[in-house]
Amino acid sequence: MKKKSLACLIAGAAVAIMAAGAASAFPDRAITYVIPFNPGGESDISARFQQPHMQELTGQDVVVQYQPGAGGAQAWSVLNDQPGDGHYIMGTNLPHIVMQPMLQDPGYETDDLTNVYMFHFTPDALIVGADSEFQSVQDVIDAAKADPGALTGGGSGTNSANHIANQLFANETGAQITYIPYTGTGATIPALLGGEVDMLWGYSTIAATQGDAVRMLAIAQEERHPLFPDVPTFKELGIDMVGGAYRGIAVPKSTPEDVRQQLSDLIGEINANPDFIKQMEEAGFAMLDVPYEEMDAFMAERKETYRAIAEQLESAN
Amino acid sequence: MNVDVGFVLGEAFSLVNLVLAISGVVLGTVIGALPGLSATMAIAILVPFTFTMDPASALIMLGAIYTGAIYGGALSAILVNTPGTPSAIATTFDGYPMAKRGDGDLAVTLAVLASVTGGLIGAIILLTLAPVLARPALAFHSTEYFWLAMLGLTLIASLSTGNLLKGLIGGCFGLTLSMIGVAVIGGDMRFTFGSQTLLGGIDIVAALIGLYCIPVLIDMVARPGQHLRPPESNRGFRLAEALRACLRNGFNLVRSSIIGTLVGILPGAGGSIASLVAYSEARRSSRHPERFGKGEPGGVLATESANNATVGGGFIPTLVLGIPGTPPDAVILGALLVQGIRVGPELFTQHGGIVYVFMVGLVIATVLMLPTGLFIGRYAYRFIVDTPKAMLVPLVAFMTVLGSFAIHANPNDVLVMVVMGVMGWLLSLGGYSVSPIVLGLILGQIAEQGFMRAYMIGTARGDFLGQLIVNRPISWAIVALIAVTLFVPVIRQYLVGRRTVPGGAE
Repeated sequence: MKKKSLACLIAGAAVAIMAAGAASAFPDRAITYVIPFNPGGESDISARFQQPHMQELTGQDVVVQYQPGAGGAQAWSVLNDQPGDGHYIMGTNLPHIVMQPMLQDPGYETDDLTNVYMFHFTPDALIVGADSEFQSVQDVIDAAKADPGALTGGGSGTNSANHIANQLFANETGAQITYIPYTGTGATIPALLGGEVDMLWGYSTIAATQGDAVRMLAIAQEERHPLFPDVPTFKELGIDMVGGAYRGIAVPKSTPEDVRQQLSDLIGEINANPDFIKQMEEAGFAMLDVPYEEMDAFMAERKETYRAIAEQLESAN
Repeated sequence: MNVDVGFVLGEAFSLVNLVLAISGVVLGTVIGALPGLSATMAIAILVPFTFTMDPASALIMLGAIYTGAIYGGALSAILVNTPGTPSAIATTFDGYPMAKRGDGDLAVTLAVLASVTGGLIGAIILLTLAPVLARPALAFHSTEYFWLAMLGLTLIASLSTGNLLKGLIGGCFGLTLSMIGVAVIGGDMRFTFGSQTLLGGIDIVAALIGLYCIPVLIDMVARPGQHLRPPESNRGFRLAEALRACLRNGFNLVRSSIIGTLVGILPGAGGSIASLVAYSEARRSSRHPERFGKGEPGGVLATESANNATVGGGFIPTLVLGIPGTPPDAVILGALLVQGIRVGPELFTQHGGIVYVFMVGLVIATVLMLPTGLFIGRYAYRFIVDTPKAMLVPLVAFMTVLGSFAIHANPNDVLVMVVMGVMGWLLSLGGYSVSPIVLGLILGQIAEQGFMRAYMIGTARGDFLGQLIVNRPISWAIVALIAVTLFVPVIRQYLVGRRTVPGGAE
């Protein structure tokens, strides 16, 4: 009898301790930051820029882990299986998390992912090699109209931001360029530099890292990027293209509201840090601030935009 | 080249950098020897530590880990027939047979010597010829990658000379496996049967661990007696014997190292392809090709020098063009970017000091791999030989589970590993070798994407055949190599047949 009650007491204490542990405040231990892509890509680099600031603000270690596969779907489909106490966060990418459930069966729905912040985007950019014959977007349009489908434009992945950019461009200007998908942005650069494709649908980050080896013909932003004052925006040229790949951070659905708000504030604070902004912009990223409270409206608007394009891509595929 | 040589040498030989180099090599060797833990993973975990370091020191440490890991993969390949990293796949062909017949210590020493040689040649080419070689690498387009993958697949045929049909079936099975998951081109889901597990396809490392290790484990349990025949006497490192083998295979060593460096320059082609091509060449040009696959030292020398040469080779496009040559290079690029160093055309002009200190540091780290590699290899060898099976089997089994989980912290990979392992064992009962399947799995993606892109570009330009072969001089060279690999043994056999039948039985 005595042994039993002692055992019960210990068990009860253990449960109480564990429950107390689970209810402890965030952040109180290392944070796991999962990137659903291979290391070295844009998601990785922006996470690396955030890492020291995050560690400083939370006082905890931030461990970056990689879980690539199926264009990100492998990680996103298991996000909600993870513990939701704020110590597990995952990078998310638009248009991927909208397009994938729309066009395929990736194992998750867009609404399954709880985004707490969208903190930057890489604007779409039309990039050619430095020795290319194309000096402006108009040259490209003229060449494409002269021989529809003969020009090749490389990009990262199928149904990705680059693929959408190519389709949007065709819609707006009537210029048909054949889209050639590669695995990841890194693989597109040698293709452009080596002359395998005539141009790239990429991001401003490529122009930032490649410098003089490439020429960026236009960028899909509202205003010119501070790092590239000589590059016109598509808008200036009369083409309504503003956007690119957006990146944010999501948490498992089980994460409580106040922790979500805490994370949103944390990332917002990092996003306002002038050193961080400088690092990001010098690498070619464009800043963006969509905190938790504005997330629903933002996602709804994005879904609408992508829905129209998705139909076009599906029929083109 | 306006670099102060004195400064570079002083920095590279500084105590901090030497300590980083040697600890990097040791750490890398241990990580590479454990299947499932890869150089990429080790580098990714250690990147945050490099933020506070001087850029050149950070590069030296990461580069040392990388080169140590590529050598370390050979240890488990030789001792347990399981490549520690994909670049050590071809080392199992001759390394494990050597170990089984009691020459494991010789094989390990050969692996060290070859790795150091290959690493040195790769690093020296990096140091001297980097800008010259980087640009021509851009001439390799999807078409060339397709033909390279075809070259790799012809190895399946030539490897399985005893049983060509089964080898080809295995290779085709591997190709089918590589199709599982989301297609890069077109985005459609293939062969996932609605399962979440197969969404990302079959992970190569998980399949590798399963296919190579599980049959060995089952064999260890099923068969009585020692796992590896112990050496007749305590012969130390057998260094003299190994050095003699190196001298005999001198041309093989140098050729394989150069092949490794050149393949490493091609973005996306890593140590596994390099060692396969080097092995194929070594076998084709050997006077005794029939010895390959049964424990021929030249085989180990060829594969290990080629895969370590890809370290230096991979840095060429990474540093010169900002295009990662291999996956660890991509992580290192990211680490440099965070430090504010823009890799690419400006690196040599703006940060020349850092680059040259790193390259010299890489040479130093490679040389330091000789003593550390010998000691770690010896320790690993003695451990595997002396541990009784009753302890070895559970330990290795545990490591396979741990290793396959560690790849992506994803339990699905463990499931894949076990399933592939059981499949591999059943297939081996039927006389099918495991290597063709793994080769098919690795090369399938490269072959498919290369072909599809060549098709799409060729169609867009209205000239598919031109894109595929007619307009591509580099592809001619690769196709010629394929033809030689396939037909020279046949011709040789025919000629030998004629010679040994006097009077000619036509």
